[in-house]
Amino acid sequence: MGNFPILTAVTFLPLAGAVLIMVVRAMTGSQESDVASGNKALVAGLIFSVATFLASLVMLASFNVGEPGYQLVEETSWFANVHYKLGIDGMSLLLILLTTLLTPLSLVASYGSVKERLTEYTIAFLVLETFMIGVFCALDLVLFYVFFEAGLIPMFIIIGVWGGADRIYASFKFFLYTLLGSLFMLAAVVFMYLQAGTSDIAELETFAFAPEVQTWLWLAFFASFAVKLPMWPVHTWLPDAHVQAPTAGSVILAGILLKMGGYGFLRFSLPMFPDASQMFQPMMFALSVIAIVYASLVAFRQTDMKKLIAYSSVAHMGFVTLGIFSFTEVGVQGAIFQMISHGLISGALFLIVGVVYDRMHTREIAAYGGLVHKMPVYATIFMLFSMANVGLPGTSGFVGEILTMTGGFQASTWAAAGAALGVIFSAVYMLTLYRRTVFGQITNPALESIKDVNIKELITLVPLIIGTILLGIAPNLIFNVTRESSLRALQMITGG
Amino acid sequence: MLDFEAIIAAVGPELLLAVAGLVGVLLGAIMRDQFNAISFKFGAVALAAAAAVVLLNWSGGEAFNGLVSTSPFVNFAKVVSFGAGALTLLMGENFLKRHETMRYEYSLLVIFASMGIGVILSASNLMTLYMGIETLSLSSYVLASFHRDSMRSAEAGLKYFVLGSLASGLLLYGISLVYGFTGSTAYADIASAEPGIGYLFGMVLMISGMAFKVSAAPMHVWTPDVYEGAPSPVVAFFATAPKMASMVVFANLMFTAFPGAFEDWQLIIAIIAVASMVIGAFGALIQNNLKRLLGYSSIANMGYALIAVAAGAEYGAAALLVFMTSYVIASIGLFGGVLAMRREGGMVENIDELSGLVRRRTGLAIALTILVISIAGFPLAVGFLGKLVVFEAGWNAGLLPLLIVLVLSSVIAFGYYLRIILVMWVREPAERFQPVDTVVSAAIYLAAIACILLFVFIGPFTDWATSAASGFYR
Repeated sequence: MGNFPILTAVTFLPLAGAVLIMVVRAMTGSQESDVASGNKALVAGLIFSVATFLASLVMLASFNVGEPGYQLVEETSWFANVHYKLGIDGMSLLLILLTTLLTPLSLVASYGSVKERLTEYTIAFLVLETFMIGVFCALDLVLFYVFFEAGLIPMFIIIGVWGGADRIYASFKFFLYTLLGSLFMLAAVVFMYLQAGTSDIAELETFAFAPEVQTWLWLAFFASFAVKLPMWPVHTWLPDAHVQAPTAGSVILAGILLKMGGYGFLRFSLPMFPDASQMFQPMMFALSVIAIVYASLVAFRQTDMKKLIAYSSVAHMGFVTLGIFSFTEVGVQGAIFQMISHGLISGALFLIVGVVYDRMHTREIAAYGGLVHKMPVYATIFMLFSMANVGLPGTSGFVGEILTMTGGFQASTWAAAGAALGVIFSAVYMLTLYRRTVFGQITNPALESIKDVNIKELITLVPLIIGTILLGIAPNLIFNVTRESSLRALQMITGG
Repeated sequence: MLDFEAIIAAVGPELLLAVAGLVGVLLGAIMRDQFNAISFKFGAVALAAAAAVVLLNWSGGEAFNGLVSTSPFVNFAKVVSFGAGALTLLMGENFLKRHETMRYEYSLLVIFASMGIGVILSASNLMTLYMGIETLSLSSYVLASFHRDSMRSAEAGLKYFVLGSLASGLLLYGISLVYGFTGSTAYADIASAEPGIGYLFGMVLMISGMAFKVSAAPMHVWTPDVYEGAPSPVVAFFATAPKMASMVVFANLMFTAFPGAFEDWQLIIAIIAVASMVIGAFGALIQNNLKRLLGYSSIANMGYALIAVAAGAEYGAAALLVFMTSYVIASIGLFGGVLAMRREGGMVENIDELSGLVRRRTGLAIALTILVISIAGFPLAVGFLGKLVVFEAGWNAGLLPLLIVLVLSSVIAFGYYLRIILVMWVREPAERFQPVDTVVSAAIYLAAIACILLFVFIGPFTDWATSAASGFYR
């Protein structure tokens, strides 16, 4: 491959597609009807996002698994001492792959289910994809912040334009919550840049900030990542955003945007502020366990399928923070694994809700029941992902939960005990959801004519099925790749 | 003996504009109404030529026994101001034609106002400064009431005139006090004088006068009214060229004439900055008229710029240039947006009129979204980096309380900027706008593209600003 800037290519390919669609639309827009041109735009967007996925496979091929540190680094001066610097390690590699996989799937899922303004919709998703990939491969703090923040705008528009009835409220809440957290981070970013004289992430990892300074910087980053992840008690934007977002928006939100929080903790908080991270370990454990137990209980009481899965996401992200702040290799490895696995499972669950929503236009659990009689294939797939979400051995959900809890156990028995409670609760709410929607007799007459999953929906679900089972059977695929990055994240804490 | 080279270097562009203005008056007298049609291009060419003269004499010079002197710092502002003046002049042509007020006096007034801008930027003596400010202000008062048959325009002009005269009076009173206590009106002599009580009194009065010119709180009250009432092309001009120039002159005056009283004026400017940021952010929240909203937004942005002034010459000078330029670019584009809001019955100004613009004119809506993102200081456009360098300047100067206000007021400001984006993207589409003039749409797209390009290639731009401000580094 030589010096070909593969990361830049992967990052900006979707944006190039968005610009192309925009230009074509500007030139031909008025002649074609909205639907026809929208479908063409969607197909073009799909081609670009699949091309991005292929490009990310090239990136995977040029990645050297055993090698520590950042690879495929590209660097050019941007302004002052800030650089346009991209590079990946195992953790970011996997998250980029997850992004490039989920984006085409969500575009496919939108075909036929989003009917209005498909051109703009496609543009928004492609732009969003660029920013998400950028977040995971930026190796400069300012650049990271730019990508991190920029992603808000397309997501804000996706929820605000193509969302449900309460979309305006949900999109504003999403935007302002995240923004407020991020501004604290911005202040910390500027401070670190001015104090260390560099915004290079690799250099900042070795820069020792004074312990009292670390505390404040850690809290500033925490404000941003805790909202993004989201952690209890700043999670309340998530259920609103998920319920109002279109299906594909929920997939991306749960699958990738939430992972930025966990990624941030591992990339910044642990290596750059090791003292503060240790100091806040009890708090993080407490918040994680509260998130797991509380969100699981709240999920149990939901009547809206999407809201239930949204709360289940909060609970599962609690496992991620539990694993990260256990400061053990097994915990951190488990946390990264859990992020990838949750990206696949929650993405699939939102798609599954989307399948019946497209047919019935309601997400009320009470409106369903007895789906198994009419939709056997659907029931099977739903069963698989319900089990995966509960953490059944053989699925990827199991590996993530068991490892994060093992890590948590080594650090604090009580935290692990609390989290274990969450595993039980997750079985309670997931199985209840499954029983009430799929089993039983059909009570709602509108369900009599419902059709089973079609080819389009299978196309979106099958890759996620394969991924979930594959990772459940052969988790080492992930661990080999992430070992170096988790060790480096821990190095400062345990070694220094 | 007159040293022509030094004179050209110091006031060449102003001389050129003065000559162009007088030629314009003559042409108007000879050609009468026939001159109307070409007067706008004439004015734009004159301004572009003036900008070119500035670029040719980039390093500056001193003339007339130190009454005028230029440096790259002020030349930077001259280039941006003249460029913005030329662009806003061309953008207004069709607007005035439609309102049957396309008279050559308009472009001549813009030329004379720009000459005033050049003079205040060249000034290194309080008398020169005052003369330039009056040239700029008198032209501006007439421009504000250019639609003399419109009540709103006449009201805007009158308000601007009365309050502007008061501010000029304060400035002049301050100048006379400073002169009385230091014995000189030259910046250099004032800088070396001992700051006594009378001197400080005069300085405070001068700051009040300058605060009016840049529309910083608490001297801001004219801004929303004049922005709303004056013809839109005039407001586009007010919001860009004189803003850039006055802010740089303000900084230049503080940095070169009053370095001895740095700690005294730093506190005053800090207070003005905080007041502007807060009033601008909260004031804009409740506006429905886009022009008024942009008026409050400019107050808030002047507050951010004043942080760079309060940071002092060493830290703030380059940041001020970067921030103000990014602000001017976004403003040109946004006022282009205001000029594009035209329906069958005439211009419309409410934010709600932008409803669903993305479905009517996707390109325009995307360009305006970029511009709003830029002026809001959100990443992806140059406005973010403008705020970032101001933040850095304030941080280096230890102005932590100002920075906290900057961040919080920015969050509040996102509220109303987001509303504009939301209206354009989410609402059901309103009636289609009339076709946009070529120059106006070109200005909008160019400004939007410039916001993105400057964001990506900010490095050379900040280097340029830093080298322009290098005269202030010790």
